[in-house]
Amino acid sequence: MSDADSRRPPVLLLTVAATVVLLVSLPIATALGATSIPWSEVVEVWRSRLQGVPSDATSDTIVWNIRAPRVLLAAIVGAGLAIAGTVVQTLVRNPLADPYLLGVSSGASVGATAVITLGVLSSTGTWALSVGAMIGAVVAAATVFGIAMGQGGLTPLRLVLTGTVLASAFSAIASYLVFRSEEPQAAQSVLFWLLGSLARASWEQLLLPVVATVLAALVIVVLRGWLDALLAGPDVAASLGVPVARLRVALFVLQALLVGVLVAVAGGIGFVGLIVPHVARLLVGPLHGRMVPVAALVGAIFLVWVDVAARTLATPQDIPLSVVTGVVGAPVFLVLLGRRRYRFGGES
Amino acid sequence: MTTHLEATAVECRRGRSTILSGVDLAVDVGERVALVGPNGAGKSTLLRVLAGIDAPHAGSVLLRGTRVHDMRSRDRAREIAVVSQHELPPADLLVRELVALGRVPHRSPWSSEPDDHAIEALDRLGLRAFADRPVDRLSGGELRRVLVARALAQEAPVLVLDEPTNHLDLRHQHELLGTVRDLGLTVVAAIHDLGLAARYFDRVAVVHDGGLVAQGDPDDVLTTDLVQRVFGVRVARVLHPETGEPHLLVDP
Repeated sequence: MSDADSRRPPVLLLTVAATVVLLVSLPIATALGATSIPWSEVVEVWRSRLQGVPSDATSDTIVWNIRAPRVLLAAIVGAGLAIAGTVVQTLVRNPLADPYLLGVSSGASVGATAVITLGVLSSTGTWALSVGAMIGAVVAAATVFGIAMGQGGLTPLRLVLTGTVLASAFSAIASYLVFRSEEPQAAQSVLFWLLGSLARASWEQLLLPVVATVLAALVIVVLRGWLDALLAGPDVAASLGVPVARLRVALFVLQALLVGVLVAVAGGIGFVGLIVPHVARLLVGPLHGRMVPVAALVGAIFLVWVDVAARTLATPQDIPLSVVTGVVGAPVFLVLLGRRRYRFGGES
Repeated sequence: MTTHLEATAVECRRGRSTILSGVDLAVDVGERVALVGPNGAGKSTLLRVLAGIDAPHAGSVLLRGTRVHDMRSRDRAREIAVVSQHELPPADLLVRELVALGRVPHRSPWSSEPDDHAIEALDRLGLRAFADRPVDRLSGGELRRVLVARALAQEAPVLVLDEPTNHLDLRHQHELLGTVRDLGLTVVAAIHDLGLAARYFDRVAVVHDGGLVAQGDPDDVLTTDLVQRVFGVRVARVLHPETGEPHLLVDP
């Protein structure tokens, strides 16, 4: 074996280790927050709640009804964003692709902004924001899909151009809604939503992101051989028997669904979906069967701790998550890009 | 001899311009056909159509009697392996992983298999030592050979090669084409070097002026007149002083 060679680390070991770190992180993260709660109480709450009964501890409500769903949502959204980022990067074969590239989140922001500024969908109560964002996401995804297909198919360049152009159009609409609004708090609410927050987390809100993330992970694992072939380019994939056009449609729908759901519950959390796939790739290589489990776990751990930082650094205020991910993420990304050996695609 | 791959009245367009028309080419089982012709003549376009990657605008391509473009892509990939001219695999892919992609048509996308076929294909081309090297650490010539190894791992009876000897030094050009010849597969390849085309292929087909202008035994087809007309260079035909084989000497 020469210097130029490299060995892949055992992915199973890495997955098990990351799972352990995640499982340890979850209860620890519920102990941390605006009010700090003694360890003994947190352990007590988790122990009795996992056996199905509320504990007598005074912090039972805070730990179990407020923090636990929030911490779990952080883990799910982190894993989901990492998976969505992987899907989009494979679909458009571009290292700078993130889950928001194809316009889904910008569409969601129009929906969310409409709910905040115009009060539409108020009949749906606490779900209004999520429902609005979801509707916006679906409309945006359908628009990008329709235009790209009409102009010759879901090729990487076509998708990136259509997604980027429509994203700015949707952002403009959202800005106009804020600008027109007479609600004094509107601008701040919209900004807070755009930058991502898990403050609205509840047990009921967990279901949809869990389903979407698990579904996306399963689809990727099932199609991993084809996705690997697609990494080598559409012509290569076609000559290897991959139904490229249909695979691209499937990936587009998958990312639209996943990003739509994630953005609806957590707003536009930045950087996770961009960086985490790169970290996973650096660790275990680009084959999807290896990198997606690692990416999902790293994303989950990362966002759990980002949310802890968001809750504790400026108490009693919540910092928007994108502020934290950006501050942590930008240097991480620069370090990654600076590694001489790391190159995403064929080009340097 | 049975016909393996047969193009009939094939027409290829790009946008509004017709690149090739009226192409008839039949390749027998186990036969090796070299496509020669100047740059831009349409060799790659024809190969893509023969391999079933692109559909012809008119005419048909039959693989053992079945229309290639009506086949399920996976069935087609088990029959035809392709090495294209420009391929930039992900830089961080290892050689063994890249070659193992050749197994994609043989398994469900969700299943895995050991690297045996990939290693065996690398062995055949003398590339075993490169198995754990990231793709971006290969030279242009090494990458070409690795891509041919992937096509071998695909174990398809038809091999379509677009300038497989590009970037290769003299020894590796001959080694590669010698390996391909010894496989006994049906081969269609675009080749620039007329000497290599004559030596390693049963037949040459000359692509020029939007169609096939000649095809047949290399020694019959590659006459000084034809080479002069198609390539616009003057050539002289001489016999090798030791082997007595004919060679073309170029004197532009």
